[in-house]
Amino acid sequence: MSTDIFSGSYETTQGRVYTLSGGDWDTVLGAPSGERERIVVNMGPQHPSTHGVLRLILELDGETVTEARCGIGYLHTGIEKNMEFRSWVQGTTYVTRMDYLSPIFNETAYCLAVEKLLGITEQVPERANTIRVMLMELNRISSHLVALATGGMELGALTAMTNGFRDREVILDLFEMITGLRMNMAYVRPGGVAVDLPAGAEKKITETIKLLRKRFKDNFNILVDNSVWTARTKDVGVLDLTGCMALGITGPVLRSTGLPWDLRKTQPYCGYENYDFNVITEKTSDTYGRFLIRMREMNESLNIVEQALTRLKPGPVMVEDKSIAWPAQLALGADGLGNSLDHIRKIMGQSMESLIHHFKLVTEGFKVPAGQAYVAIESPRGELGALVISDGGTKPYRVHFRDPSFNNLQAVGPMGEGGQISDIVAAVASIDPVMGGVDR
Amino acid sequence: MSDKEIINANETPILKDVIKGAFGSSTTAGDTSGFGGLVTTIQATPSAQRPYGSYFDAIADALEKALPSQKLTFEQAIERVVVQVDQLTFMVKREHLKAVAKVLRDEPELRFEMCMGVAGAHWPKEKNRELHAIYPFVSITTNRRVLLEVVAPESNPHIPTITDIYPSNNWHERETYDFFGIIFDGHPSLTRIEMPDDWVGHPQRKDYPLGGIPVEYKGAVIPAPDNRRGYRG
Repeated sequence: MSTDIFSGSYETTQGRVYTLSGGDWDTVLGAPSGERERIVVNMGPQHPSTHGVLRLILELDGETVTEARCGIGYLHTGIEKNMEFRSWVQGTTYVTRMDYLSPIFNETAYCLAVEKLLGITEQVPERANTIRVMLMELNRISSHLVALATGGMELGALTAMTNGFRDREVILDLFEMITGLRMNMAYVRPGGVAVDLPAGAEKKITETIKLLRKRFKDNFNILVDNSVWTARTKDVGVLDLTGCMALGITGPVLRSTGLPWDLRKTQPYCGYENYDFNVITEKTSDTYGRFLIRMREMNESLNIVEQALTRLKPGPVMVEDKSIAWPAQLALGADGLGNSLDHIRKIMGQSMESLIHHFKLVTEGFKVPAGQAYVAIESPRGELGALVISDGGTKPYRVHFRDPSFNNLQAVGPMGEGGQISDIVAAVASIDPVMGGVDR
Repeated sequence: MSDKEIINANETPILKDVIKGAFGSSTTAGDTSGFGGLVTTIQATPSAQRPYGSYFDAIADALEKALPSQKLTFEQAIERVVVQVDQLTFMVKREHLKAVAKVLRDEPELRFEMCMGVAGAHWPKEKNRELHAIYPFVSITTNRRVLLEVVAPESNPHIPTITDIYPSNNWHERETYDFFGIIFDGHPSLTRIEMPDDWVGHPQRKDYPLGGIPVEYKGAVIPAPDNRRGYRG
């Protein structure tokens, strides 16, 4: 018999059986002595308004939240550990699955760190950088649209949800056209991007921008002066600048306090210094301000995409160094995206050396000089940092992602305590955590 | 300035890892390439000499000037200074981490307002320095970045917490404890954060297996990823 006071156990032919029993708290703790009733409510991890598998542990006094804590880890998949057993290029297919709403950002942060270690940052072709910027900004829009859609749904604005997902779909269509996949595309690779833009992509992007500009105006108008929306979001989930600094909060939450901290402006990468855009701030420090920031940032992103389109000049999309660049060009065949037939013809029929080179680079990968690099970029949720350590081998020695969702979730307590349960929902929605990124 | 110009050539290198063979095979019999006897050593990036370049000298100067307020000298607190890939890293002695973090936050010339968490790394063959903790800092006032790195032996995996100075590190330290078993002394609630509470072991240590099962396909068996032969070195 077990001596555990919470669960007795006995042996059966099927194995040991445990009996969990409740109702013995009086004997465990003694009779309750407080005057007030203290209720601890477990919200999640399976709850529609907790953004995936976030678990909130709320201590309530009536409707008022007196203490809020997060429980995370329900989506931990060991991505960082797994990457240590794959090549540097395969790493992109892992990082893209971390924060699944901003895959391009994960890939870019990781690739920028690997490129830094390789010392090829300057050699990445301009066209590759422009494509990265363009896709990052499109991704920022699609991510903000989900933030808006799920946030709207959680507060009862279902039209915001249907509109948000509808508009996101046209961006995912663009991703599918350019990368072959809607999400988790592993498109950004160390040294550049996997494949050049397909024919007609620029035209389709231009059309999409036009469509989205109109739709954003409608989406904005639905909510911006909506009395129900403002009642649910204004002065809710407040976190001032001091709180943001102490808790390391970045992204729209930090900018809602009025501080124009955006890594695209302050510490530019991928050529962001060449683009003309505004850093959007609000002074309200509340959920409503964060909503306005996301709305306006989407318009800024459209501006950046337009500028990127004009900056696109023909050229390579991968570094010239043949010891790093992926040997095959991808092409769209009848059975989907794959190695181009020209390349197959060459390595199978004409050049033994090319075949060896292809085989070595694909199976074994390239070596990255020993060292460690921390690279931070501005993801839709804040500072996304990639710490990449190499031991000089063909596989990452250690990769750690400083995911903004992970860090920002620490603000749930300060934002929600003292408010009502329904305000917790609004506060969490305004942080916009993505559990894939939180748990990795 | 390239990294090569600023490294201190007179320093004894720190050995981080030794790799035998070329294909990750644990036995020489499994390696028919002739590279079975190859021994590769991996050394830590050598420490840097002044001038460090960029704004790094300004940070080092300010730190040197401010550390006496914590009754420390630069040499006492900082073990080595490493400059690599345009980044400044101070290797801090663990007993002085708190003092250095406090100076980084409070000194007007430094003002690193935010700590971007902590990441662990495990180097099982780096004797008595097996566990590393790496802290990136960012200053919004001066728009600068710096990294601190602290080492601890596996036999005594204690590093003081900096959650009282940078509250944002609360979850990050829990994560590093969870995955690497580094115990952050003074942390308000150092419990597992990603793995279940009753999990045994620290999964991201190098001696912790990845797991996985061999997969059979048309008679051929493909081992789990951590048991596959792969190119090393």
